[in-house]
Amino acid sequence: MADGIYVTRFSEIGIADRPTVGGKGASLGELASAGIRVPPGCIVTTNAFERFLAEIDPQGSIRREVSQLSAADAEAIAHFSGRVRARIEGEALPADLQTLIADHYNELHSATTGSNQPVAIRSSATSEDSTEASFAGLQDTYLWVRGTSSVIEHVRRCWASLYSIESITYRRKLNLPEDGLAMGVVIQRMIDALCSGVMFTRSPKSGDRSVVVLEASWGLGSAVVSGEVTPDQYVIGKVTGEIVSRKVSTKLREHRPHAEGAGVADLEVPLERQSVACLSDEEIHELVKIAKQVERHYGAPQDIEFAVARDLPPGDNVFLLQSRPETVWAAKEKEPVAAPKKKAFDHVVSLMSGGTAKR
Amino acid sequence: MAVESKPRSFLLPSQIAAVPGAEGWEKMYPYYTKFQPEDDRRFWFYNAMHFPEPMPAFDAITGEVAYEGLGAFTTRIFVFPTTLGIEHRIVNGRIYITANPVADPEEIGRRLELFQERAGYYYENWDRILKEWIVRMESLIRQVESIQVPKLPKFEDQATVTNATGLGENHFIKENFHRVMEAYSKMWHHHFEMLMLGYGAYMVFFQFCKKAFPETPDQTISRMVAGIEVLMFRPDDELKRLAKVSIEFGVDDLFVEDCNPQRVLDEMKHRGEGGRRWLEELDRSREPWFHMSTGDGFYHHHRSWNADLSVPFSALPRYVEMLRKGQSLDRPTEKLKEERSRIISEFRELLANEDERGAFDQMLGLCHLVFPFVENHKFYCEHWFTTLFFKKVAEFGALLAAHEVIPEGDDIFHLQYVEIESALADLSLAWAGGGKPLGGAHWGPIVKERKRILEKLKEWDAPPALGPIPEAINDPALQMLWGITSETLETWSSTEEALDSKELVGFAASPGIVEGIARVLKNVNDIGQIREGEILVCPVTAPSWGPVFGKIKAAVSDIGGTMSHAAIVAREYGLPAVVGTGQATHRIKTGQRLRVDGNRGVVRILD
Repeated sequence: MADGIYVTRFSEIGIADRPTVGGKGASLGELASAGIRVPPGCIVTTNAFERFLAEIDPQGSIRREVSQLSAADAEAIAHFSGRVRARIEGEALPADLQTLIADHYNELHSATTGSNQPVAIRSSATSEDSTEASFAGLQDTYLWVRGTSSVIEHVRRCWASLYSIESITYRRKLNLPEDGLAMGVVIQRMIDALCSGVMFTRSPKSGDRSVVVLEASWGLGSAVVSGEVTPDQYVIGKVTGEIVSRKVSTKLREHRPHAEGAGVADLEVPLERQSVACLSDEEIHELVKIAKQVERHYGAPQDIEFAVARDLPPGDNVFLLQSRPETVWAAKEKEPVAAPKKKAFDHVVSLMSGGTAKR
Repeated sequence: MAVESKPRSFLLPSQIAAVPGAEGWEKMYPYYTKFQPEDDRRFWFYNAMHFPEPMPAFDAITGEVAYEGLGAFTTRIFVFPTTLGIEHRIVNGRIYITANPVADPEEIGRRLELFQERAGYYYENWDRILKEWIVRMESLIRQVESIQVPKLPKFEDQATVTNATGLGENHFIKENFHRVMEAYSKMWHHHFEMLMLGYGAYMVFFQFCKKAFPETPDQTISRMVAGIEVLMFRPDDELKRLAKVSIEFGVDDLFVEDCNPQRVLDEMKHRGEGGRRWLEELDRSREPWFHMSTGDGFYHHHRSWNADLSVPFSALPRYVEMLRKGQSLDRPTEKLKEERSRIISEFRELLANEDERGAFDQMLGLCHLVFPFVENHKFYCEHWFTTLFFKKVAEFGALLAAHEVIPEGDDIFHLQYVEIESALADLSLAWAGGGKPLGGAHWGPIVKERKRILEKLKEWDAPPALGPIPEAINDPALQMLWGITSETLETWSSTEEALDSKELVGFAASPGIVEGIARVLKNVNDIGQIREGEILVCPVTAPSWGPVFGKIKAAVSDIGGTMSHAAIVAREYGLPAVVGTGQATHRIKTGQRLRVDGNRGVVRILD
């Protein structure tokens, strides 16, 4: 991507653009181009971040100082973090950048939604979501943001979160280089989710590649992802589509957009919905179909976030919010379960020998 | 269910008392089937899959001879390295079995060498040996069918003199009965000749899939193994064919619910050309496809469809009705083949690397090699041969009854086969000497008492296992066939505590969730009691119950594994099934409302 591109649409980028839009942004662009239904959005690129950083810190002292911090020195990190975050959040964006962001935000409005479209503002760091290290949860995400000025304010907050205490400590502990680490910010139309959840196309429990494990609960996915609610859990066989196991939980809390307009409220789930399955079997099968598609597209098991829109008809209401490579089992070195033998029946001999056969 | 306090042992054999009113049951069975004091130290499990009812005295040979054959091939011929074969005992009329492991590593090593060579020979020559096996079995079947039961006339035919045979008719009482028993022994040996190696192949593949795909249920894995053209489906296919031609010939109106077979056959004779042609078609089906036992081949009272047409006829009305509605009855074999290929290639693709794929191909290939024998041998052995065998024994019984050695023909089944020898000798002497057999006064009271005892024994709630819980169940045959694993043992031992729970857990054999009314059938002869839409609850779902699968909503059994034929049939009928629940027939009562979850293997009593 050319240096001068500061904001780009999902449809314009793909996974190769990670250096300029960050991991999250690149994967959303990739999904959109693969024909997967994702809520439309745009990304404030790392070019914009670098430009902003260059304007407030032309000497590059911030990056230099971070690399000199020790992970164990909590006090120094806290002090530095507070200073830098205040700087970033306090400084105004260049005017042309503000206009650019405003224009792209307005593009997300449709005839049905009108202006002041609620969006999610998500951090998309350039080292994030690679298979080697997952920064999941360390950088900020803001939900149900409305209005241009609020959008811009939250973009700055995301940039600033690159220098949060947790993020700095994490990077220092793993001794990750500051150079080349930059922040893209995803601005994405929000789904008023009836229910949301996560899917793993490889079982987190056993590493079984032939099942999709799905967890879902009422409202926005933030409740599931943060672990504040016990979701319904399903295990579905990819090959036969059979729901191998289902567990409907008592779901006590849900996150919904604030009635007044901005931000997200943490509400109690009414009794009549608490022990009801939040997904129908048809929705489950559609989700699994999409998950298989994404996995095939990337050629590797995925960790996927999804939402089912409240006010859209079945068949049009399932959205993916994110997909990133599954990291836990990918990292495990595993011996092949078995290897071919000289003769097929040597497997029987081996089994019947109680493990003593040498063949 | 509390997991910490699981029992270290089931009830001990020595702790089992005779069922009240059934004292003296021991006299029905040979001395070598009695539990010995040292048997308390071994683990025994009740083989309810094959022997769900108490054994009549003669029928106990179905276990005895089977285990003679099984052991010979496992222990002495193929020399399985870690297991020696099966021992059996009988208590309160029920057959309990245990496997004898080999512990000494050096001995295992020695056995392994022999096993490698010998098993290897059979696997390498499998198809050729199978062809020869079929020829051998068909010959054995013809032999047993053609054995003559002597007529014992007042004066023998002149031909005995002019041919100078040098043998009286009474000689043939013994010789021919021995030939029947010899043929029976040969059948069981042939039965096991290839079976254990077949199960070994299954075990290998299932174990591999359990490691590669731990959360994938056995029933899904079975779909990759199960063949499409299987002899055990053929009898049912013949019924569908007969339903079809009945419509063609305009005689389908005769097939209504609960129709009486004899009356239908009589009526056919008055239906002109249509009736005549249908009867011809029936004869074509009957030989050999109606040599289906209503059981699994272990009881004399499980007669063949040929002997009791009410069983096959019970399926015809429904098939006729479906055809009239324009529904196809044909098994969608092309679609099944395509599905199977798709499932296989998708699982294969999901494997981690080329090594695993290579191993998968080898193991699955071996399963496909052995599958036809593992499924089809049942038709030859437990159905075709066995029904003719029992029929022949019944003919000897009729001979004994005609001479008042025993009260009725079928009473022969209440004598041990060694006792039959003495009854036949009694008859032979009486005929030869011109006197009267003394059997009447002798066997009459014995048979009466044994019948009474058997009725009492039927009420017994046989414990699923006896003795100390073993570390692990290693015998591949046990695991594969009976669905016995360490998990099963835990379920059984915890079920003993949770007797008032409304939930039963078993193996998910066929997916789907339904609710319905239970029909508990402990005896397959009661098969006519099943009503449309009921949920069948039985000790084991024998393949011969196939025709009833079209009527029921779901099937639940006490014993069984996911490779059982019943599981395959249930899946093809799209019927939820849960097998291996342990105690379904005891805990569920006919008329109760059930919820059967074939996805998770759970049955819930809703009442």
